[in-house]
Amino acid sequence: MTSPEEISKAVSQWLDDNWDQDLSLTEWRNILVDSSWATPHWPEAYFGRGFTTEQSAIVGRIFSERGIVPVAQTGPRRLAAETILAEGNDQQKRRYLRPILTGEESWCQLFSEPGSGSDLAGLSTKAEFIDGKWIINGQKVWNTSAHHADFGILVARTDWDVPKHQGISFFLIDMRQKGVEVRQLKQMNGHASFNEVFMTDAVVAAEDLVGKEGDGWAIAKTTLSYERRLGGVGRSFGSVQAEKLGRVHDEYAKELEVANEPYTWYPQRQGRLDLVLPRARETGAINDPSVRQEIARLFCMQKGAGLASAAAEAKRKSGSNELVPAGSIGKLAASVIARQAAKVHTMISGSDAMRSGPDSAEEGMIAEVLVSVPAISIAGGTDEIQRNIISERVLGMPKEMRADTGPFRDIKRND
Amino acid sequence: MQTGFTEDQEAFREVVARFLQDKSQPTTVRKLMETDQGYDPDVWQQLCNEVGLAGTHLPEEYGGFGFGPVELGIAAEEMGRYLYCGPFFASSVMAGYALLLAGSEEAKTRMLPEIAAGSLIATLVLDNLNSLDLVGQKVLVNNGRLNGAADLVVDAQNASQLLVIASSGDELGLFSVATDSAGIGILPVEALDPTRKLARVTFDDVEVERVGDVSSEILDQIWDYLNVALAHEMVGGAQRLLDTTIEYTKIRYQFGRPIGSFQGLKHRCADLLMELEFARAATHYAAFCLAAGDGEPYVSSMAKAMASETYMNAAKEAVQMRGGIGFTWEEDTHLWYKRAKSSEVFLGTPAVHRERMMTMMGEVA
Repeated sequence: MTSPEEISKAVSQWLDDNWDQDLSLTEWRNILVDSSWATPHWPEAYFGRGFTTEQSAIVGRIFSERGIVPVAQTGPRRLAAETILAEGNDQQKRRYLRPILTGEESWCQLFSEPGSGSDLAGLSTKAEFIDGKWIINGQKVWNTSAHHADFGILVARTDWDVPKHQGISFFLIDMRQKGVEVRQLKQMNGHASFNEVFMTDAVVAAEDLVGKEGDGWAIAKTTLSYERRLGGVGRSFGSVQAEKLGRVHDEYAKELEVANEPYTWYPQRQGRLDLVLPRARETGAINDPSVRQEIARLFCMQKGAGLASAAAEAKRKSGSNELVPAGSIGKLAASVIARQAAKVHTMISGSDAMRSGPDSAEEGMIAEVLVSVPAISIAGGTDEIQRNIISERVLGMPKEMRADTGPFRDIKRND
Repeated sequence: MQTGFTEDQEAFREVVARFLQDKSQPTTVRKLMETDQGYDPDVWQQLCNEVGLAGTHLPEEYGGFGFGPVELGIAAEEMGRYLYCGPFFASSVMAGYALLLAGSEEAKTRMLPEIAAGSLIATLVLDNLNSLDLVGQKVLVNNGRLNGAADLVVDAQNASQLLVIASSGDELGLFSVATDSAGIGILPVEALDPTRKLARVTFDDVEVERVGDVSSEILDQIWDYLNVALAHEMVGGAQRLLDTTIEYTKIRYQFGRPIGSFQGLKHRCADLLMELEFARAATHYAAFCLAAGDGEPYVSSMAKAMASETYMNAAKEAVQMRGGIGFTWEEDTHLWYKRAKSSEVFLGTPAVHRERMMTMMGEVA
């Protein structure tokens, strides 16, 4: 069964025979996982069919055309699943993958620390092997979904006497234990989309070390590459079409509502360009030539970024070896566009930009733009890191001199 | 509408680049810019006869190659990169497009083949280089006689034929006259950018031939085609500046390390690359749109506004990152800096083009 027609026939037939919207979400997902149609790109030994990306896309298309409820994919759980699949041992895959797919166990990502943001490999959460168990002490931050997670993927330092990238190990940690405390973290825009996680003598079983001791950095990079490919953790996971009826849809809608809730402000952090012209016309600001100049600048940036990204994609497809840092340039572009949009919204509002809340412009959305835009140039790799990547990897400029070589113990760091 | 260059177009770029690399080294540019005419007639003839560039965008029926704004853009981009000195922009691009878009069949048949062959050097007289709304107010035709003056005409001192967009009654027309006609005064103007020759042209009761009508739509079209070609030239120049600046930061050592290892420079180079990627994409897109007769009406102005600001930013950074040496006459950067500044204000400043964009989007009352 390899041709597109055969695949689409087989999956349609299976759905005809098994899809039942009166099942509970968990019942349906268990059937789905057993069928291997949920993750066809995974290997046959672990709920998959070893399909190529193209073959999997056929299955995905049929699922979405028919409005079939998929396996759980909100929050960081897919990052955990893909990392365990790629780097975990057989025992770990058998224990953890299935409940991730069915949604019965949820996960969070314990990577960033207050003392190591851009410099993730400078992390200082400590893991010590004592009496056959790993004992964890330290603090993590920016942990999406940690307040309702059952498990976490964790990077912690196991060796302080080797260079920083070599002393890190990768763990699977049970979040439901006494040594783990989760606190919500309130942002400058008033939302609380993330958490801080405090680990005090928290315990990880010996068999929950992924890979070997000291392999943690390479494994974390696997996770991060999935994160980039999936477009970040905090994206929208869509919604259930209103006309869909049945128990499985109801439960799925509830799951999505919980998952999407922390991110209602994400469109605002991108600048809400869709509101620029309507507001400029409505307020009459469009008649001010200085406002028109800034709006035109904004459209130039937006259009230019879109065209540059399309040109880079076309070059990539044509097999060109030319280095086009589409990812980093796109990320940087989003920042400058959002900032310019905030500037334009401010010009349009004038003194009205002093207001906030539901009675302010666009039911508070403009105020939310103004206090959310700073996130876009920080989250997912700061603008400064993107500029380092572009200048070093594309322009071939020399690396900055480093002050963090040698044993980690001797490197100056945040207390 | 095409979204990327074809293999043939890439090969064409290679041919143009190789010719210019050979014929337009900075030492040559320096020598030519000190002369009154500012170009080498032998190289111009080779460029026209051997590479055939002067007729790139002109239809085959008028002796051209039958390519369009995309190929012209490629040629212009490479000329901008190598700072080619010659009457290409004045004669092929400006006069060529004015005739092609506004000229009568008879005038096109008579003049375009010579322009395409480079045997006739023409230029387009625009009495206002800031805004097309003001074109034709200072050059007036009455009873076949032209009076008035244009302050800045590109390569007028090198041209044997002038095409003039002038007012005639309450409309604009395209007029043609040989530069040796009675009543024409051509006075070279000292140019900020010595690689592009300028002259003031005066008309004192000059007998001219009307060779076409210039409606506001046609004037818009001419403006679009000229600006897209110019934007290509600017993008090529900006890329050259970025390339040479990056190389310089790798070999220049201060404080025991290459200055290119300082984030203070690296981050500005990264920003510049991003800005250039946007401007280049917008410029190529504008040419694709013109070639296909499709796309948003404002793409040409968008390209010119973006290319102008990018080129000037690249020029500013190219001088700054070289430090003191960048401010010397001996170093080549100022040649491109001056072309960037001069092009920024040629055929509409970025602000003029942004306002034109908004007008075309229907947002200006």
